[in-house]
Amino acid sequence: MVWETVIGLEVHVQLDTKSKLFSGSSTTFGAEPNTQAGIYDLAMPGTLPVFNEAVLRMAVKFGLAIDAEIGRRSVFDRKNYFYPDLPKGYQVTQLQFPTVGKGSLQITLEDGSDKVIGITRAHIEEDAGKSLHEDFLGLTGIDLNRAGTALLEIVSEPELRNAKEAVAYLKKLHAIILYLGISDGNMAQGSMRCDANVSVRKLGAKEFGTRAEIKNINSFRFVEKAINHEVQRQINILEDGGRIIQETRLYDADKDETRSMRSKEVANDYRYFPEPDLLPVVIDEAYIESVRAELPELPNAKRARFVSQYGLSDYDAGVLASSREMANFYEEVVKICDDAKLSANWVTVDLQGLLNKSDLEINQSPVSATRLGALIGRIKDQTVSSKIAKTVFEAMLGNEQSVDEIIESQGLKQVTDSGAIEKLVDEVIAANPEQVTQYRAGKEKVFAFFIGQAMKVSKGKANPDQLNALLLQKLKG
Amino acid sequence: MSRRTVAELSRSLARGEFSSTELTRDYLSRIKQFNGVYNAYITVTEELALAQAGAADQRRARGEYGPLTGIPIAHKDIFCMQDVRTTCASKMLSNFIAPYNATVVERLNAAGTVTLGKTNMDEFAMGSSNETSFFGAVRNPWDPERVPGGSSGGSAAAVAADLCAMATGTDTGGSIRQPAAFCGITGFKPSYGRISRWGMIAFASSLDQAGPISKSAEDAALMMNAIAGPDIKDSTCVDLAAPDYMATLNDSLQGLRIGVPRQHLAEGLGAEVESALQAALKVFENLGATIQEVDLPNSHLSVPAYYVIAPAEASANLSRFDGVRYGYRCADPVNLEDMYKRSRNEGFGSEVKRRIMIGTYALSAGFYDAYYIKAQQIRRLIKQDFDNAFKEVDVIIGPTTPHTAFKLGEKNSDPVTMYLEDIYTIAVNLAGLPGMSIPAGSHQGLPIGIQLVGKDFDEARLLNVAHQYQQNTDWHLQGPEV
Amino acid sequence: MALEKSDVEKIAHLARLHIDAAEAQEVANRISSILNLIDQMQSVETTNVAPLAHPFDAVQRLRPDVVTERNEREYLQKIAPAVQDGLYLVPKVIE
Repeated sequence: MVWETVIGLEVHVQLDTKSKLFSGSSTTFGAEPNTQAGIYDLAMPGTLPVFNEAVLRMAVKFGLAIDAEIGRRSVFDRKNYFYPDLPKGYQVTQLQFPTVGKGSLQITLEDGSDKVIGITRAHIEEDAGKSLHEDFLGLTGIDLNRAGTALLEIVSEPELRNAKEAVAYLKKLHAIILYLGISDGNMAQGSMRCDANVSVRKLGAKEFGTRAEIKNINSFRFVEKAINHEVQRQINILEDGGRIIQETRLYDADKDETRSMRSKEVANDYRYFPEPDLLPVVIDEAYIESVRAELPELPNAKRARFVSQYGLSDYDAGVLASSREMANFYEEVVKICDDAKLSANWVTVDLQGLLNKSDLEINQSPVSATRLGALIGRIKDQTVSSKIAKTVFEAMLGNEQSVDEIIESQGLKQVTDSGAIEKLVDEVIAANPEQVTQYRAGKEKVFAFFIGQAMKVSKGKANPDQLNALLLQKLKG
Repeated sequence: MSRRTVAELSRSLARGEFSSTELTRDYLSRIKQFNGVYNAYITVTEELALAQAGAADQRRARGEYGPLTGIPIAHKDIFCMQDVRTTCASKMLSNFIAPYNATVVERLNAAGTVTLGKTNMDEFAMGSSNETSFFGAVRNPWDPERVPGGSSGGSAAAVAADLCAMATGTDTGGSIRQPAAFCGITGFKPSYGRISRWGMIAFASSLDQAGPISKSAEDAALMMNAIAGPDIKDSTCVDLAAPDYMATLNDSLQGLRIGVPRQHLAEGLGAEVESALQAALKVFENLGATIQEVDLPNSHLSVPAYYVIAPAEASANLSRFDGVRYGYRCADPVNLEDMYKRSRNEGFGSEVKRRIMIGTYALSAGFYDAYYIKAQQIRRLIKQDFDNAFKEVDVIIGPTTPHTAFKLGEKNSDPVTMYLEDIYTIAVNLAGLPGMSIPAGSHQGLPIGIQLVGKDFDEARLLNVAHQYQQNTDWHLQGPEV
Repeated sequence: MALEKSDVEKIAHLARLHIDAAEAQEVANRISSILNLIDQMQSVETTNVAPLAHPFDAVQRLRPDVVTERNEREYLQKIAPAVQDGLYLVPKVIE
């Protein structure tokens, strides 16, 4: 039996505002428990919500970035359920009229092709507090610092067909959010959280299978593992003639498995109704245009520009445009050395390799764009060869000296004096008469041997072009 | 000093006939003497009152005072007052010390009023007789065997028995106007959105509105001048500067078009109320107004629609009372669900629980459209009825209640009978309009109120009409023998 | 519309109210009589009537993104039923 996987993601993004969605409490991460829970957040009787303008702006920004319909009139609703981390006994969210409607996101698959994933909607809602289960003699401690923080819940269409696509979608979403500056996107701290609706069906079937919702996926790596695990679990059940139960499952990263959450309520009945303490949010054309004017260049546009402006390959342009920091770093390097292709190679290969090895982000790079630009400039003006440049690059780590100082002090400057190179060539020819004979007898492969010898003697510093020409001339001589 | 209007007390204070401290002591001693009979106050804030009175006297001595400086008032116990017990007449909040001030309290404090205490009410403002209070029923000063009306029954009784110069109230379906009618005083419900709801414990968010309960329309205007107007803390409070309500009190009623709802004169209206209404209409005619009948064809649907919308909103508004962060928590809960269920069962009275149940039911899966959406559609029809009527008239006048105050215990066996007490007042809340009740007669020693309803945000006109009536009649000056 | 005892139990659970089995029937009867009153609404045709959630056609006002609250934890927790180390305590939440 061939099975097809169907995945839809619900991604909660904590918006990077100073104050909460409906109150003036601070949103700083990691504060002492309940020190950022004011009277509205604690649901003190008589308190009322007032909508934070930065949240609206960020939501509209996101909507424009995914070419979504912007809700000209969005309405907040109450979603009713009891839980100790939900102080009001209802969550304020948007059910029928979200701020962001239908949009789409283009992702790049492993084979390099592009796929467009539909986004159903993105709505604004309140985050809940946190429950701490340890150390209270069998009681649970409630911290409401996070309660009321603004979330944007982004709901995809069930158009993802495997775990890798889900990861690509999530990464693209992450990149856009960082490009827009609407969230720090930190999955470990919970600023970006992902629930996955996963089902399988026979390949070619029209109807969707019964889905399970996997909660608590908090890293890109876990998304792939959790989905793959869940898909396999469902296939095993179906192939054994069983049926999938619609339920919520929790991903346990330690055990790499999903397990059923004992349902909090037999049948959830959230009794949504319009939040009477808030009025409809009405957005006009002028507002939308003012937000549009603030939009940065987004990944796809940047990739296209890198191809046309710098003559990069689509692949390199895509890698460089995948994060705003990476793209900015790259363009700064280009500005200094004025060689787009060389810069692309150095940023995507050498620098990226270094960052991967030390598990660093581009904004933590031990080599600044200015210094990398200077190094590439020295390759371009032939002060050093590409090969020697890698030695210089190594030397630049943990060394505050300028690129020129390093080249100077370590004697890495390329030899371009033709007299010196000629002397070198003469020495090598004199020292290897046997090979000279072979070469002259027509065994041209021996030429590489001479180059190698010459480079060895010059410690790699001889200008390769000049060396090449002179050797050829003398051997043929 | 007793039974004088705020306007009169204000003039006496200005002339130095007595100080605010003396006036406050006088009220405090009246409260000590009579509160045991009427149970109008849940909490008396004697220390605070004397401190505020002393401060008011000092400001007055420096020449810094307004019309409300040093006036002793009472707040319905639904308004949060910082560091003062705020109970909403519920066991749930019987020990709740509010950590902040309601905007209404804040503004009256700023105007220099003296707070005598917090008045009794129906629990969470759910009731029309003040019998649902955890702190016991309030008695009507005109006849202690009768109810004062509700839910602002404590405020109404306190004003009628002159246990304060005036008081704040709230009105969700008639909770200011009905007790005002039963107690023979003036009760004013402004347009929805005219006064901030910040700090006013919510019953039904789209209907609740604060307002003055006073001895005259002029006093209501004085309080309105202090409390009305925009507040950034309440999204539903309109961005509309409030006018000076005193400025237009004496405008002529010549040419005023008064509409009387045909449906309010129909079956169910007591004969004594109808004759008082007709007599009042004569007074208005003599003042130059014209009277005509108007149609409110959907008014009979206002009570059914209200008993979906108000409980639905309340069911969510009261979810926060869960025993976690403040308020009542049951003893020794065995688990979380037990804590929720027992705390709420023990903390809420039966009427409150009934309304939470109705609201929960109306919002639950499968019933939402038939109940909640239907009720909101009827709400629009009711609003349209008023819009149409106001194309022809400036003010609508009718009865506030079908009859005079009923006896304690008379109507609390059947909730539906009690709900129908608010038949004339509820539509006004659904439409968000300003409404008021003024005394306009009496029957067998019990006061009768008539209701005035105005256009959106046309409070000044209502106060003007009521004031002109009170300049030409003396029903509002009559008080019970205390 | 008449409510059954089982309806009352279901609603009471949603609203987290404890209703004694002994009172469930009485509660069901009272609520049923209120529902009869409410059902008068069904007599009027409202097919093309837009629901009215707020009395006026006002729109939401926006608040600048500014922190206005200070840490008042000690003060706000004075009125809490149970706290420890700054946390509100509740019976164990079972996931």
